[in-house]
Amino acid sequence: MNLNAIIPYILPVLFALVIVALLPLVAGYIVLVERKVMADMQVRLGPMRVGPHGLLQPIADAVKLLLKEDIIPESADKLVFWGAPLISVTAAMLALAALPIGPFFQIADLNIGLLYILGISSLGIFGIVLGGWASNSHYSLMGALRSAAQLVSYETSAGMAIVGALLLAGTLSTRGIVQEQSDTGWWFIFVAPVGFFIYLVASIAETNRAPFDMPEAESELVAGYMTEYSGFRWALYFLAEYTNMVVVASIATTLFLGGWMRPFANTPAFNFLDYLPPLLMLWVAGYCFRRTPKQPVQVQKMFMAAVGVLCVVVALVLIMPMAVPRDSFLATSKPGIHGAFWFLFKVAAYIYVFMWLRFTFPRYRFDQLMRLGWQFLVPLSIVNVMMIGLALALHRQFGWPNWISFPLCVALTLIGGGFLLATGEKHEHPFVGEEGEGQEEETPVHA
Amino acid sequence: MLDQAVFYFFAALAIVSAILVVTRRNAVQSAIFLVTALLATAGIFLNLNAEFVFIVQVILYAGGIMVLFVFVIMLVNLDVALHQVQFNRQWFVALIISAVLAAQVAAAIAVSRHSLYIMPAAPPETLEPNTERVAFYLFHTYMLPFELASILLLVAMVGAVVMAKKRV
Amino acid sequence: MVPIGHYIFLSVAMLAIGIVGIVTRRNVIIILMSVELILNAVNINLVAFSRLVGSVEGQIFAIFIITDAAAEAAVGLGIIIAFFRNRETVLADEMDILKW
Repeated sequence: MNLNAIIPYILPVLFALVIVALLPLVAGYIVLVERKVMADMQVRLGPMRVGPHGLLQPIADAVKLLLKEDIIPESADKLVFWGAPLISVTAAMLALAALPIGPFFQIADLNIGLLYILGISSLGIFGIVLGGWASNSHYSLMGALRSAAQLVSYETSAGMAIVGALLLAGTLSTRGIVQEQSDTGWWFIFVAPVGFFIYLVASIAETNRAPFDMPEAESELVAGYMTEYSGFRWALYFLAEYTNMVVVASIATTLFLGGWMRPFANTPAFNFLDYLPPLLMLWVAGYCFRRTPKQPVQVQKMFMAAVGVLCVVVALVLIMPMAVPRDSFLATSKPGIHGAFWFLFKVAAYIYVFMWLRFTFPRYRFDQLMRLGWQFLVPLSIVNVMMIGLALALHRQFGWPNWISFPLCVALTLIGGGFLLATGEKHEHPFVGEEGEGQEEETPVHA
Repeated sequence: MLDQAVFYFFAALAIVSAILVVTRRNAVQSAIFLVTALLATAGIFLNLNAEFVFIVQVILYAGGIMVLFVFVIMLVNLDVALHQVQFNRQWFVALIISAVLAAQVAAAIAVSRHSLYIMPAAPPETLEPNTERVAFYLFHTYMLPFELASILLLVAMVGAVVMAKKRV
Repeated sequence: MVPIGHYIFLSVAMLAIGIVGIVTRRNVIIILMSVELILNAVNINLVAFSRLVGSVEGQIFAIFIITDAAAEAAVGLGIIIAFFRNRETVLADEMDILKW
């Protein structure tokens, strides 16, 4: 084979290798960040022992999971038991292929990029259902079926919310969507805020996060699809869940939050925001260096200093395109490098909102969850799509200016949502009868 | 060359998965192999520059219909059914007839290959941009079947809910 | 693109396997799965010819067939659930309530 045939494949393969190799590490550190954020919201410190400020905790967790005993239930279907976590992880990682991390950092710019991510995410349901079935235990099966039912329900409204943003973008290619937001100058969250809200709620349910984690929280109490999995297989399921979080956050960033664009990208007056990323990294590095002398152990001191040096290096990489002469080759890499930073920053902010919601709200009961999905979110998302279509038609066919048609339609969607909330069934008590009967049944009967 | 290798790989995967679908004792394993067959078919669609049909196949067929199948299999899964006879008494005749059918078609293709292959494949540019073209035809020429399909889906939804309810 | 005869042969092979599945198996759910196999075989044929001719209409027909298969699978599985609730069986041989 001649070399020219291979060259178009080298860069995507390289990006894919980098992303797949870094992903378990990133997922491990997202777990650490979650524990630290949880601790912060509960006014305590979180992991502090393993490594300075708990920074080596994910490595300890990974080593523990790798060395744990691999238990397989006796009457489980061995092939399916072995394959179910693989399906979950493969589906989650395949979805990373169409993410636009920067203008030049994309593994594959598919024409149908967004539909591809949706489709591959819907294949991940199999990993859960087959894992629950292969465990050959009733509780695992019920947990798996509940989880799959929840995923399927919220996939509908998530898809409709995405369709709303797609109408605005006019293209399915993820790069094209960010390009469209860059051209019109408005992030789609300002044009379709209800769509963003629907997608936020649906994506929390899609990834089985609280307050929608009934199928998973059951595993803390009784059982769930992950019960019979131990050691590395469980780590694979966990990796799949956190990768799904990253994928879902990336879709929201691409569609609603402007992708790789800096805030106020088209306004030259805000160019000082270009210096925000390196300053941020320098501030983190400064904090690391300040805490270095206070670490108790020599190894921890060195690790903290190493983290500080890493942050300084990243800050230098970020500031390089602005420090070199304007016409040189390196200056043209600014959209790429800064774009990647802003994309990852927005993804991290979205995941932080996930964690914030997890530690704030109590859990939904399963029937409440299904009712919310089908009786509130699906009609609201259908109304959202219709209203965005109406707004676009008013703007393009009838020539109404943007600032009238879109806020009008957002107001109409909110009225529709209010109507749905007002006419929905309220306060269903499945276990207690009416007030009078409940009182009577509670009095004990003496023999 | 890579094109052809990809087709042969997916075709072999589809046929092997299809054979495994109809021969497995356990219904869940049949469902898994049907998913594999559907994904192999989707790969063939992608190979034929039909990217919209590829993604519709993955989302609807593999991600929707097969999840429904797996749900129902788990709801009606009987251990008793696993130990009963899986094939009925006509299996030998069915095998012979299907083999004869496939052999007939293969013979017809082989005999007519000089006249069948004369038409060269159209350049892939006639199918690009695929999604826009499909959307154009779907909403202009085939608008009536599109609306009828939506009514069909509504009827199917109502029917399935009524069928599966415990008390109508 | 591979010569069109190969696509036709693949389609007929899947059709034949689907027919064997429908005629031979006793489990009603596997019969339904064989029906899905046959529909897929038809789809391969349609899309292959759409690529040969250069028109998108074959792909539109394939999309409609997929939609149709979804509707039919939903209703068919609903019927199976209803029957299972009554008779506790999914074997086609034992579904003989209407026999005289």
